[in-house]
Amino acid sequence: MISYRLINVSAVALAVAVTGAPTGAQTVAITGGKVYPVSGPAIENGTVVITNGRITAVGTNVSIPAGAQRIDATGKIVTPGFVNSSTQLGVQEVSAVTDTRDAAARGKDNVAAAFTVWEGLNPNSVMLAPARKEGITSFVVIPTGGLIAGQAALLDVVPGTTTDMMIRAPVAMVAEIGDAQQAGLTSRGELIVKLREIFDDAKYFRTHRDAFDRAATRDFSASRLDLEALQPVLDGKLPLLLTVDRESDIDAAMRLARDFDIKLMIGGGAEAWMMADKLAAARIPVLTGAMNNIPAGFASLGQRQENAALLRKAGVSVALIGNAGGGDWKCGWRACAIHRA
Amino acid sequence: MRASLCLLLIGVGACASAGTKTSTAATPRDTTQADVGRGGTSTPNADPFPSTYKPFPSRTTVIRNVNLLTAAGPMIRNGAILLQNGKIAAVGATVDAPADALVIDGGGKYVTPGIIDDHSHLGVYAAPGGNALSDGNEATNPTTPQVWAEHSVWPQDPQFPRNLAGGVTTLQVLPGSANLIGGRSVVLKVVPGRTVQEMKFPGAKYGLKMACGENPKRVYGQRGGPSTRMGNVAGYRAAWIRAVDYRRKWDKWNADHKGDPPTRDLANETLAEVLRGNILVHNHCYRADEMAQMIDIAHEFGYKIRSFHHGVEAYKIGDLLAKEGISASIWADWGSFKMEALDAVKANMALVDHAGARVVVHSDDPSGSQRLNQEAAKAMAAGAEIGLPVSEDQAIKWLTINPAWALGLDDKIGSLETGKNADVVLWSGDPFSVYSKPEKVWVDGALLFDRSDASEQWRTDFELGFVPFNRN
Repeated sequence: MISYRLINVSAVALAVAVTGAPTGAQTVAITGGKVYPVSGPAIENGTVVITNGRITAVGTNVSIPAGAQRIDATGKIVTPGFVNSSTQLGVQEVSAVTDTRDAAARGKDNVAAAFTVWEGLNPNSVMLAPARKEGITSFVVIPTGGLIAGQAALLDVVPGTTTDMMIRAPVAMVAEIGDAQQAGLTSRGELIVKLREIFDDAKYFRTHRDAFDRAATRDFSASRLDLEALQPVLDGKLPLLLTVDRESDIDAAMRLARDFDIKLMIGGGAEAWMMADKLAAARIPVLTGAMNNIPAGFASLGQRQENAALLRKAGVSVALIGNAGGGDWKCGWRACAIHRA
Repeated sequence: MRASLCLLLIGVGACASAGTKTSTAATPRDTTQADVGRGGTSTPNADPFPSTYKPFPSRTTVIRNVNLLTAAGPMIRNGAILLQNGKIAAVGATVDAPADALVIDGGGKYVTPGIIDDHSHLGVYAAPGGNALSDGNEATNPTTPQVWAEHSVWPQDPQFPRNLAGGVTTLQVLPGSANLIGGRSVVLKVVPGRTVQEMKFPGAKYGLKMACGENPKRVYGQRGGPSTRMGNVAGYRAAWIRAVDYRRKWDKWNADHKGDPPTRDLANETLAEVLRGNILVHNHCYRADEMAQMIDIAHEFGYKIRSFHHGVEAYKIGDLLAKEGISASIWADWGSFKMEALDAVKANMALVDHAGARVVVHSDDPSGSQRLNQEAAKAMAAGAEIGLPVSEDQAIKWLTINPAWALGLDDKIGSLETGKNADVVLWSGDPFSVYSKPEKVWVDGALLFDRSDASEQWRTDFELGFVPFNRN
């Protein structure tokens, strides 16, 4: 039996290894633990060697460089650092205090594709240290709100500036098909029409920039910067992370993605399990929680805790996010909780 | 809101006689009950919406070869428990199995008392969410002791069966925290019921929801106040001043039945019952300094606070809570979502426990409520990390007998002891492991959840047809 406490210990061990990296020429050997390399089966009594911030050896028959700092992980577990792929870490400190909320943009008509949420990220956020302590070594900061919320970035949980933390930006364009009213519209079908109009305009814009500058184009549904920001999505270089729960909405999102040749990712996906085979065939990944089982709204009546497990079984790529009970820094142990499913 | 006694009495034809019969009554209470029904006058322990709960059919059951976390002493390894006629009939290393008993071999698994969540909004904030089912805050006035949570509970809330599958057998459903005084709570058994009365825990005292700090001042700041914490405190005190006055008049009338009874007032009726000790105060309050002020207010007016809820800073005043005999109903790791929640530490429970005060693991969340065992485990880990280990024998109390005490029900539920209600959970493993799940849950000896048998998994009427699948 592996208790939560043990998992917690293993996460701490890893955080030491990873955050040690930027401090420079340091060699660390974690020995004696059960190593989950993820790229292959678990290794009992394994060794992981880290040199200058990189993993340089993993296995049982590993020679430990002289002078390496040794960390005894006997009886413990060694995993890669956890990645929480849907957070507001650094852009939301005290959620009830407006001054500390920087996750949403006003945009134009609920469209904020140009919004680069990480520009407002506070690397001194007190939420980062607890996240690291729970074993989260990287995170995706995603914008929220509106129809197209903006762009997401992937960062490391390391001390320093946002520039120091940054791994890649943007990593996704974030949009939502959920509450039509929140997006300033009336029905879910209208949300899809609006998205189609925006992508259609973005497509037209890319070949008519000169005309646009001469004010010789029709009116567009989004601002110039938003239309520019959507070009990598249309090029298939930047995935569209669409927060969507209902089966019919996922289906509609897949049609939209097919029509515009967009790389789609599903966020939330309460009823994604109903579409598991189709999502697998279309190679669409799903970011979902491990614990939700409450039909909290009419768009998520099919919410069930086995969602992630059923998707995985069907061959869908799944990333766990902390969407039940909140707490971006708590995702580490939620990963363990998937075993309940 | 105010209704004259006479108007209320017309319905039962007792209006004319109410004043005259009293002089010959054996006891005032008998008379008023005979005349006007269970809640007709402002009498102590009036019960106008009585429980109609009946235990579900049960059979004599023995669970043997299990580790019993009793919440009443050290764990009994490889022990056994006998459930008979809705009660725990025997617990120990071995028990005699009656001839008709169903014998379950626990195979080295764990048995605990049913989990008790003393902070729930199930039924009053039912799923699916939205205005239609949002019935938890009567946010029309900062002081609403006249409202009763049970009048908002939707028994078909699909969150109830999910809670049962999490091993929760008793819930306190509270009004929300918009108001300084939010109204009465209700204690429910987590059982299917056509009506809320069928779910009400027989004999349970009511609770009174009070709330400190940011919520009331936020809700009423632009609507006539209070808009500050000092306004909050003035609001509590004004309400208690009215209540003391009301109670004095009614206690006098209840004692001598001289003249017309005072005018009934539902708000003061509830507060007077708090002053008489018949309703337990559950006070939403995050900060240590505010909790200390609420304690002073309780002293000023002569009532007791039973439990502080959400006290993320309870660890700062563990000594005070221990001295005052107030429990801390708290989370394992929530914090930082508002200013008053900023000073949260994960060792809160361990620190409060080590200070000698009662810890209650509470949820305020339909998802967290299903996993209170994991919340306790996280808090144990946080304690161990700072050198304050908590044993499983102690931590099980956080989930069972301590919340039972907070609800005034520790004589009936919360531990595996002979004579107590047979609210029992069989876990697949150590309940403090993230991998363990409730396999079977009994309420008053009746098996109401069986993970291995879909026919023993309650689905609410709402779910039928609407919700494609609900295995937990």
